[in-house]
Amino acid sequence: MEFIHHQSAHCENGVASNLLKHQGINISEPMVFGIGSGLFFFYLPLLKVNYAPAISYRPMPGFIFNRAAKRLGIKVKRIKFSNNQNAQKALEENLAKNIPTGLQVGVYNLTYFPDEYRFHFNAHNLVVYGKKDDTFLISDPVMETVTTLTEKELDKVRFAKGALAPKGQMYYPIEIPKNIDWESAIKKGIKNTCNDMLAPLPIIGVKGMRFLARSIRKWPVKHGVKKANHYLAQMVRMQEEIGTGGGGFRFIYAAFLQEAAAILKNEELKKLSSEMTTIGDSWRDFAVNAARVYKNRSNKTDVYNSLADELNALADLEEAFFKKLKKAI
Amino acid sequence: MKKEEVPQDSSNLSKSNLKELCYATDENGNYITALSSGWEPKTIALQNSIEDINERIEQAKSDVASGLASPIVYFMELHKMDWTTLAGYVGMWVWRVKRHAKPSVFQKLNDKILGKYAEAFEISVSDLKKYKGN
Repeated sequence: MEFIHHQSAHCENGVASNLLKHQGINISEPMVFGIGSGLFFFYLPLLKVNYAPAISYRPMPGFIFNRAAKRLGIKVKRIKFSNNQNAQKALEENLAKNIPTGLQVGVYNLTYFPDEYRFHFNAHNLVVYGKKDDTFLISDPVMETVTTLTEKELDKVRFAKGALAPKGQMYYPIEIPKNIDWESAIKKGIKNTCNDMLAPLPIIGVKGMRFLARSIRKWPVKHGVKKANHYLAQMVRMQEEIGTGGGGFRFIYAAFLQEAAAILKNEELKKLSSEMTTIGDSWRDFAVNAARVYKNRSNKTDVYNSLADELNALADLEEAFFKKLKKAI
Repeated sequence: MKKEEVPQDSSNLSKSNLKELCYATDENGNYITALSSGWEPKTIALQNSIEDINERIEQAKSDVASGLASPIVYFMELHKMDWTTLAGYVGMWVWRVKRHAKPSVFQKLNDKILGKYAEAFEISVSDLKKYKGN
Protein backbone atom coordinates (compact mmCIF):
# COMPACT_ATOMS: atom_id res chain seq x y z
CA MET A 1 0.00 0.00 0.00
CA GLU A 2 1.15 3.49 -0.69
CA PHE A 3 1.54 5.69 2.36
CA ILE A 4 3.03 9.15 2.40
CA HIS A 5 5.20 9.88 5.42
CA HIS A 6 5.39 13.42 6.77
CA GLN A 7 7.71 14.20 9.65
CA SER A 8 6.10 16.02 12.58
CA ALA A 9 7.18 17.73 15.78
CA HIS A 10 4.97 15.63 18.04
CA CYS A 11 4.13 11.95 17.56
CA GLU A 12 0.42 11.94 18.28
CA ASN A 13 -0.39 14.94 16.06
CA GLY A 14 1.82 13.44 13.41
CA VAL A 15 0.15 10.04 13.37
CA ALA A 16 -3.28 11.66 13.33
CA SER A 17 -2.34 14.03 10.52
CA ASN A 18 -0.67 11.28 8.46
CA LEU A 19 -3.59 8.84 8.89
CA LEU A 20 -6.15 11.51 7.96
CA LYS A 21 -4.13 12.73 4.98
CA HIS A 22 -4.13 9.14 3.76
CA GLN A 23 -7.96 9.31 3.84
CA GLY A 24 -7.87 12.42 1.69
CA ILE A 25 -8.36 15.00 4.44
CA ASN A 26 -5.70 17.66 4.09
CA ILE A 27 -5.02 18.44 7.74
CA SER A 28 -1.72 19.80 9.01
CA GLU A 29 -0.04 18.86 12.27
CA PRO A 30 -0.85 22.26 13.89
CA MET A 31 -4.52 21.84 12.85
CA VAL A 32 -4.75 18.46 14.62
CA PHE A 33 -2.99 19.94 17.64
CA GLY A 34 -5.27 22.98 17.83
CA ILE A 35 -8.59 21.21 17.17
CA GLY A 36 -7.58 18.39 19.51
CA SER A 37 -6.62 20.93 22.23
CA GLY A 38 -3.08 19.62 22.60
CA LEU A 39 -1.80 22.56 24.61
CA PHE A 40 -2.07 21.79 28.29
CA PHE A 41 -0.26 22.09 31.58
CA PHE A 42 -0.42 19.92 34.59
CA TYR A 43 1.72 19.57 37.72
CA LEU A 44 1.23 16.68 40.12
CA PRO A 45 4.03 16.80 42.72
CA LEU A 46 2.99 13.57 44.46
CA LEU A 47 3.25 11.50 41.31
CA LYS A 48 6.89 10.79 40.48
CA VAL A 49 8.17 10.15 36.97
CA ASN A 50 11.86 9.26 36.67
CA TYR A 51 12.22 10.13 40.37
CA ALA A 52 10.96 13.67 39.81
CA PRO A 53 7.52 15.31 40.22
CA ALA A 54 5.20 14.77 37.27
CA ILE A 55 4.96 17.81 35.02
CA SER A 56 3.09 17.44 31.78
CA TYR A 57 2.69 19.87 28.93
CA ARG A 58 0.20 17.67 27.09
CA PRO A 59 -3.08 15.90 27.83
CA MET A 60 -3.29 12.12 28.33
CA PRO A 61 -2.10 10.02 25.38
CA GLY A 62 -4.85 9.56 22.81
CA PHE A 63 -6.78 12.66 23.86
CA ILE A 64 -5.54 14.90 21.05
CA PHE A 65 -6.52 12.53 18.24
CA ASN A 66 -9.80 11.51 19.89
CA ARG A 67 -10.91 15.08 20.45
CA ALA A 68 -9.81 16.25 17.01
CA ALA A 69 -11.62 13.31 15.37
CA LYS A 70 -14.80 13.89 17.35
CA ARG A 71 -14.86 17.60 16.50
CA LEU A 72 -14.32 16.85 12.81
CA GLY A 73 -17.01 14.16 12.80
CA ILE A 74 -14.53 11.35 12.15
CA LYS A 75 -14.97 7.98 13.85
CA VAL A 76 -11.81 6.32 15.14
CA LYS A 77 -11.67 2.69 16.19
CA ARG A 78 -9.35 1.82 19.09
CA ILE A 79 -8.61 -1.74 20.17
CA LYS A 80 -6.49 -3.03 23.05
CA PHE A 81 -5.34 -6.62 23.37
CA SER A 82 -4.55 -9.00 26.17
CA ASN A 83 -2.96 -11.51 23.84
CA ASN A 84 0.13 -10.82 21.72
CA GLN A 85 -0.78 -13.20 18.87
CA ASN A 86 -4.24 -11.66 18.49
CA ALA A 87 -2.68 -8.19 18.44
CA GLN A 88 -0.39 -9.13 15.56
CA LYS A 89 -3.18 -10.94 13.71
CA ALA A 90 -5.51 -7.94 13.95
CA LEU A 91 -2.78 -5.63 12.66
CA GLU A 92 -2.01 -7.96 9.74
CA GLU A 93 -5.68 -8.19 8.83
CA ASN A 94 -5.82 -4.39 8.72
CA LEU A 95 -2.77 -4.24 6.49
CA ALA A 96 -4.29 -6.88 4.18
CA LYS A 97 -7.27 -4.53 3.82
CA ASN A 98 -4.91 -1.64 3.01
CA ILE A 99 -5.64 0.21 6.25
CA PRO A 100 -2.59 2.04 7.62
CA THR A 101 -2.87 1.62 11.38
CA GLY A 102 -1.77 3.78 14.29
CA LEU A 103 -0.16 2.10 17.29
CA GLN A 104 0.66 3.23 20.82
CA VAL A 105 4.11 1.89 21.69
CA GLY A 106 6.86 2.03 24.30
CA VAL A 107 10.04 3.85 23.35
CA TYR A 108 12.54 1.66 25.24
CA ASN A 109 12.78 -1.06 22.59
CA LEU A 110 12.49 1.11 19.50
CA THR A 111 15.69 -0.04 17.84
CA TYR A 112 15.91 2.87 15.42
CA PHE A 113 16.06 5.45 18.25
CA PRO A 114 19.49 6.50 19.55
CA ASP A 115 20.27 4.70 22.83
CA GLU A 116 20.16 7.92 24.84
CA TYR A 117 16.52 8.43 23.92
CA ARG A 118 15.38 4.95 24.88
CA PHE A 119 13.54 5.39 28.16
CA HIS A 120 10.52 3.53 29.50
CA PHE A 121 8.09 6.02 28.04
CA ASN A 122 4.98 4.24 26.81
CA ALA A 123 2.96 6.89 25.05
CA HIS A 124 4.75 7.09 21.73
CA ASN A 125 2.78 6.75 18.49
CA LEU A 126 3.62 5.42 15.04
CA VAL A 127 1.90 4.08 11.92
CA VAL A 128 2.34 0.62 10.42
CA TYR A 129 1.61 0.73 6.70
CA GLY A 130 2.76 -2.64 5.41
CA LYS A 131 4.66 -5.87 5.91
CA LYS A 132 7.42 -7.51 3.91
CA ASP A 133 8.30 -11.07 4.99
CA ASP A 134 8.61 -10.78 8.76
CA THR A 135 9.31 -7.04 8.77
CA PHE A 136 6.74 -4.34 9.40
CA LEU A 137 6.98 -1.07 7.48
CA ILE A 138 6.86 1.80 9.94
CA SER A 139 6.13 5.49 9.59
CA ASP A 140 7.29 7.07 12.85
CA PRO A 141 6.31 10.74 12.64
CA VAL A 142 9.30 12.06 14.58
CA MET A 143 11.70 10.40 12.12
CA GLU A 144 12.66 12.08 8.85
CA THR A 145 11.97 8.98 6.76
CA VAL A 146 10.14 5.66 7.05
CA THR A 147 11.74 2.78 8.90
CA THR A 148 11.11 -0.90 9.78
CA LEU A 149 10.72 -3.20 12.78
CA THR A 150 10.78 -7.01 12.84
CA GLU A 151 7.78 -8.96 14.13
CA LYS A 152 9.57 -9.55 17.40
CA GLU A 153 10.63 -5.92 17.82
CA LEU A 154 7.14 -4.61 17.11
CA ASP A 155 5.61 -7.10 19.54
CA LYS A 156 7.96 -5.86 22.25
CA VAL A 157 7.13 -2.19 21.83
CA ARG A 158 3.39 -2.87 21.59
CA PHE A 159 3.48 -4.79 24.82
CA ALA A 160 5.87 -2.57 26.75
CA LYS A 161 5.09 -2.55 30.47
CA GLY A 162 5.00 0.06 33.21
CA ALA A 163 3.11 3.36 33.48
CA LEU A 164 0.68 3.94 30.57
CA ALA A 165 1.36 0.44 29.17
CA PRO A 166 0.06 0.44 25.57
CA LYS A 167 -1.49 -3.07 25.76
CA GLY A 168 -1.03 -3.49 22.01
CA GLN A 169 -3.38 -0.61 21.34
CA MET A 170 -4.11 0.06 17.66
CA TYR A 171 -6.34 2.70 16.12
CA TYR A 172 -7.54 3.87 12.72
CA PRO A 173 -10.29 6.07 11.27
CA ILE A 174 -13.34 4.09 10.16
CA GLU A 175 -15.80 6.79 9.17
CA ILE A 176 -15.09 10.07 7.39
CA PRO A 177 -17.89 12.60 6.87
CA LYS A 178 -18.49 14.04 3.38
CA ASN A 179 -18.42 17.62 4.59
CA ILE A 180 -16.28 18.73 7.46
CA ASP A 181 -17.33 21.74 9.49
CA TRP A 182 -13.87 23.21 10.06
CA GLU A 183 -15.12 26.43 11.64
CA SER A 184 -17.01 24.78 14.43
CA ALA A 185 -14.22 22.24 15.05
CA ILE A 186 -11.64 25.02 15.34
CA LYS A 187 -13.80 27.04 17.71
CA LYS A 188 -14.48 24.04 19.93
CA GLY A 189 -10.76 23.23 20.04
CA ILE A 190 -9.83 26.80 21.00
CA LYS A 191 -12.53 27.04 23.68
CA ASN A 192 -11.41 23.77 25.22
CA THR A 193 -7.78 24.95 25.40
CA CYS A 194 -8.78 28.30 26.94
CA ASN A 195 -10.88 26.52 29.57
CA ASP A 196 -8.06 24.07 30.35
CA MET A 197 -5.41 26.75 30.69
CA LEU A 198 -7.68 28.99 32.78
CA ALA A 199 -9.14 26.12 34.83
CA PRO A 200 -9.91 27.00 38.45
CA LEU A 201 -7.86 24.03 39.71
CA PRO A 202 -4.47 24.46 41.39
CA ILE A 203 -2.68 21.76 39.37
CA ILE A 204 -3.87 22.61 35.85
CA GLY A 205 -3.11 25.41 33.36
CA VAL A 206 -1.74 28.76 34.52
CA LYS A 207 -2.60 27.94 38.14
CA GLY A 208 -0.52 24.76 37.82
CA MET A 209 2.41 26.84 36.53
CA ARG A 210 2.17 29.11 39.57
CA PHE A 211 2.01 26.06 41.85
CA LEU A 212 5.15 24.72 40.18
CA ALA A 213 6.84 28.12 40.62
CA ARG A 214 6.08 28.02 44.36
CA SER A 215 7.55 24.51 44.53
CA ILE A 216 10.72 25.48 42.66
CA ARG A 217 11.47 28.08 45.38
CA LYS A 218 11.27 25.33 48.01
CA TRP A 219 13.17 22.59 46.18
CA PRO A 220 16.77 23.47 47.15
CA VAL A 221 15.91 23.86 50.85
CA LYS A 222 13.58 20.90 51.03
CA HIS A 223 15.53 18.40 48.91
CA GLY A 224 19.07 19.76 48.61
CA VAL A 225 20.71 21.18 45.50
CA LYS A 226 21.42 17.84 43.83
CA LYS A 227 17.82 16.68 43.86
CA ALA A 228 16.53 20.15 43.03
CA ASN A 229 18.76 20.19 39.96
CA HIS A 230 17.58 16.74 38.96
CA TYR A 231 13.99 18.00 39.21
CA LEU A 232 14.85 20.99 37.03
CA ALA A 233 16.54 18.80 34.43
CA GLN A 234 13.50 16.53 34.30
CA MET A 235 11.27 19.57 33.95
CA VAL A 236 13.25 20.80 30.95
CA ARG A 237 13.19 17.32 29.41
CA MET A 238 9.40 17.19 29.76
CA GLN A 239 9.26 20.71 28.40
CA GLU A 240 11.42 20.52 25.32
CA GLU A 241 12.12 16.87 24.51
CA ILE A 242 10.76 15.20 21.38
CA GLY A 243 7.07 14.61 21.77
CA THR A 244 6.36 17.07 24.54
CA GLY A 245 6.81 20.76 24.77
CA GLY A 246 6.83 24.15 26.36
CA GLY A 247 8.29 26.44 23.72
CA GLY A 248 7.88 23.88 20.93
CA PHE A 249 4.18 23.45 21.64
CA ARG A 250 3.62 27.22 21.73
CA PHE A 251 5.04 27.51 18.23
CA ILE A 252 2.80 24.70 16.96
CA TYR A 253 -0.15 26.46 18.58
CA ALA A 254 0.84 29.77 17.00
CA ALA A 255 1.02 28.01 13.61
CA PHE A 256 -2.48 26.65 14.27
CA LEU A 257 -3.84 30.11 15.11
CA GLN A 258 -2.36 31.45 11.90
CA GLU A 259 -4.14 28.76 9.87
CA ALA A 260 -7.32 29.24 11.89
CA ALA A 261 -7.25 33.01 11.25
CA ALA A 262 -7.45 32.37 7.51
CA ILE A 263 -10.27 29.81 7.79
CA LEU A 264 -12.36 31.84 10.23
CA LYS A 265 -11.40 35.12 8.50
CA ASN A 266 -10.53 36.48 11.90
CA GLU A 267 -7.72 39.07 11.95
CA GLU A 268 -7.56 39.02 15.75
CA LEU A 269 -6.37 35.38 15.68
CA LYS A 270 -3.48 36.42 13.45
CA LYS A 271 -2.38 38.98 16.02
CA LEU A 272 -2.75 36.42 18.79
CA SER A 273 -0.66 33.98 16.77
CA SER A 274 2.31 36.33 16.81
CA GLU A 275 1.73 37.00 20.51
CA MET A 276 1.89 33.24 21.12
CA THR A 277 5.16 33.14 19.20
CA THR A 278 6.61 35.69 21.62
CA ILE A 279 5.38 33.62 24.58
CA GLY A 280 7.03 30.55 23.03
CA ASP A 281 10.30 32.45 22.82
CA SER A 282 10.01 33.25 26.53
CA TRP A 283 9.50 29.56 27.30
CA ARG A 284 12.72 28.85 25.45
CA ASP A 285 14.55 31.52 27.47
CA PHE A 286 13.17 29.86 30.59
CA ALA A 287 14.59 26.50 29.47
CA VAL A 288 17.98 28.10 28.77
CA ASN A 289 18.06 29.64 32.27
CA ALA A 290 16.96 26.42 33.96
CA ALA A 291 19.65 24.54 32.04
CA ARG A 292 22.26 27.00 33.33
CA VAL A 293 21.19 26.26 36.89
CA TYR A 294 21.54 22.50 36.68
CA LYS A 295 24.76 22.88 34.79
CA ASN A 296 25.94 25.00 37.75
CA ARG A 297 26.91 27.76 35.43
CA SER A 298 24.51 30.37 36.61
CA ASN A 299 26.20 33.33 38.25
CA LYS A 300 23.02 34.62 39.85
CA THR A 301 22.92 34.06 43.59
CA ASP A 302 19.27 33.34 43.98
CA VAL A 303 18.79 31.14 40.94
CA TYR A 304 15.77 29.13 42.03
CA ASN A 305 13.81 32.23 43.02
CA SER A 306 14.60 33.93 39.75
CA LEU A 307 13.46 30.85 37.81
CA ALA A 308 10.25 30.81 39.81
CA ASP A 309 9.73 34.51 39.02
CA GLU A 310 10.26 33.78 35.36
CA LEU A 311 7.69 30.96 35.44
CA ASN A 312 5.20 33.22 37.22
CA ALA A 313 5.71 35.84 34.53
CA LEU A 314 4.96 33.16 31.91
CA ALA A 315 1.80 32.19 33.78
CA ASP A 316 0.72 35.87 33.79
CA LEU A 317 1.37 36.20 30.06
CA GLU A 318 -0.60 33.06 29.30
CA GLU A 319 -3.48 33.97 31.57
CA ALA A 320 -3.88 37.28 29.74
CA PHE A 321 -3.40 35.53 26.39
CA PHE A 322 -6.05 32.85 26.86
CA LYS A 323 -8.55 35.39 28.19
CA LYS A 324 -8.08 37.38 24.98
CA LEU A 325 -8.25 34.25 22.85
CA LYS A 326 -11.52 33.21 24.47
CA LYS A 327 -13.02 36.58 23.61
CA ALA A 328 -11.69 36.52 20.04
CA ILE A 329 -13.79 33.57 18.89
CA MET B 1 11.19 31.57 16.97
CA LYS B 2 12.44 32.78 13.61
CA LYS B 3 13.71 30.20 11.16
CA GLU B 4 17.30 31.44 11.49
CA GLU B 5 17.03 30.93 15.27
CA VAL B 6 16.20 27.21 14.92
CA PRO B 7 18.97 25.65 17.02
CA GLN B 8 21.59 23.62 15.20
CA ASP B 9 23.70 22.50 18.18
CA SER B 10 25.35 19.13 18.22
CA SER B 11 23.44 16.58 20.29
CA ASN B 12 22.81 12.89 20.84
CA LEU B 13 20.61 13.11 17.77
CA SER B 14 23.21 14.55 15.45
CA LYS B 15 25.49 11.59 16.22
CA SER B 16 22.93 9.32 14.61
CA ASN B 17 22.29 11.82 11.85
CA LEU B 18 18.74 12.46 13.03
CA LYS B 19 16.98 15.79 12.97
CA GLU B 20 13.81 16.89 14.61
CA LEU B 21 11.14 19.03 13.09
CA CYS B 22 10.04 22.31 14.60
CA TYR B 23 7.86 25.26 13.72
CA ALA B 24 9.35 28.69 13.08
CA THR B 25 8.41 31.90 11.33
CA ASP B 26 9.81 33.13 8.00
CA GLU B 27 10.72 36.73 7.15
CA ASN B 28 7.01 37.59 6.69
CA GLY B 29 6.00 36.12 10.02
CA ASN B 30 4.38 33.07 8.37
CA TYR B 31 4.85 29.68 9.99
CA ILE B 32 7.00 27.11 8.23
CA THR B 33 8.67 23.91 9.38
CA ALA B 34 12.42 23.57 9.84
CA LEU B 35 14.79 20.84 10.96
CA SER B 36 16.94 21.15 14.06
CA SER B 37 19.99 19.04 14.83
CA GLY B 38 19.69 19.68 18.55
CA TRP B 39 19.59 22.31 21.27
CA GLU B 40 22.10 22.65 24.09
CA PRO B 41 19.69 23.05 27.06
CA LYS B 42 18.00 19.80 26.00
CA THR B 43 21.28 18.00 25.51
CA ILE B 44 22.47 18.87 29.01
CA ALA B 45 19.10 17.93 30.52
CA LEU B 46 19.39 14.55 28.84
CA GLN B 47 23.02 14.29 29.90
CA ASN B 48 21.93 14.96 33.48
CA SER B 49 19.49 12.04 33.28
CA ILE B 50 22.10 9.72 31.82
CA GLU B 51 24.60 10.60 34.55
CA ASP B 52 21.89 10.04 37.10
CA ILE B 53 21.16 6.58 35.73
CA ASN B 54 24.86 5.70 35.65
CA GLU B 55 25.17 6.74 39.29
CA ARG B 56 22.24 4.53 40.19
CA ILE B 57 23.79 1.61 38.32
CA GLU B 58 27.12 2.06 40.16
CA GLN B 59 25.30 2.29 43.48
CA ALA B 60 23.35 -0.90 42.73
CA LYS B 61 26.58 -2.65 41.74
CA SER B 62 28.23 -1.87 45.06
CA ASP B 63 25.05 -2.74 46.98
CA VAL B 64 25.01 -6.18 45.36
CA ALA B 65 28.73 -6.64 46.07
CA SER B 66 28.30 -5.75 49.74
CA GLY B 67 25.21 -7.94 50.15
CA LEU B 68 22.72 -5.12 50.58
CA ALA B 69 20.75 -5.82 47.41
CA SER B 70 20.00 -8.75 45.14
CA PRO B 71 21.13 -8.83 41.48
CA ILE B 72 17.56 -7.87 40.52
CA VAL B 73 18.26 -4.30 41.65
CA TYR B 74 21.37 -4.02 39.50
CA PHE B 75 19.70 -5.32 36.33
CA MET B 76 16.65 -3.15 36.99
CA GLU B 77 18.84 -0.03 37.08
CA LEU B 78 20.87 -1.23 34.09
CA HIS B 79 17.66 -1.40 32.06
CA LYS B 80 16.62 2.08 33.28
CA MET B 81 13.57 0.56 34.98
CA ASP B 82 11.84 1.57 38.19
CA TRP B 83 9.87 -0.76 40.46
CA THR B 84 6.57 -0.24 38.64
CA THR B 85 8.09 -0.94 35.24
CA LEU B 86 9.89 -4.06 36.42
CA ALA B 87 6.77 -5.29 38.23
CA GLY B 88 4.89 -4.84 34.94
CA TYR B 89 7.43 -6.89 32.99
CA VAL B 90 7.50 -9.80 35.45
CA GLY B 91 3.75 -9.63 36.11
CA MET B 92 3.98 -9.35 39.90
CA TRP B 93 2.99 -6.78 42.50
CA VAL B 94 5.52 -4.07 43.33
CA TRP B 95 5.80 -5.16 46.98
CA ARG B 96 6.71 -8.68 45.87
CA VAL B 97 9.40 -7.43 43.50
CA LYS B 98 10.78 -5.24 46.30
CA ARG B 99 10.95 -8.31 48.55
CA HIS B 100 12.93 -10.14 45.86
CA ALA B 101 15.42 -7.29 45.99
CA LYS B 102 16.58 -8.60 49.38
CA PRO B 103 19.51 -11.01 48.98
CA SER B 104 18.14 -13.42 51.61
CA VAL B 105 14.80 -13.72 49.80
CA PHE B 106 16.43 -13.80 46.37
CA GLN B 107 18.52 -16.84 47.30
CA LYS B 108 15.41 -18.88 48.02
CA LEU B 109 13.63 -18.06 44.75
CA ASN B 110 12.89 -20.98 42.43
CA ASP B 111 13.91 -21.04 38.78
CA LYS B 112 10.39 -20.33 37.58
CA ILE B 113 10.31 -16.95 39.30
CA LEU B 114 13.93 -16.22 38.43
CA GLY B 115 13.07 -17.07 34.83
CA LYS B 116 10.57 -14.20 34.74
CA TYR B 117 13.26 -11.75 35.83
CA ALA B 118 15.80 -13.25 33.44
CA GLU B 119 13.35 -12.82 30.58
CA ALA B 120 12.65 -9.21 31.53
CA PHE B 121 16.40 -8.49 31.59
CA GLU B 122 17.10 -10.59 28.47
CA ILE B 123 19.72 -12.74 30.24
CA SER B 124 19.84 -16.38 31.37
CA VAL B 125 18.78 -17.52 34.84
CA SER B 126 22.36 -18.56 35.63
CA ASP B 127 23.69 -15.12 34.63
CA LEU B 128 21.17 -13.57 36.98
CA LYS B 129 22.06 -15.92 39.84
CA LYS B 130 25.80 -15.62 39.52
CA TYR B 131 25.98 -11.82 39.33
CA LYS B 132 28.04 -10.68 42.30
CA GLY B 133 28.34 -6.96 41.68
CA ASN B 134 31.45 -6.88 39.51
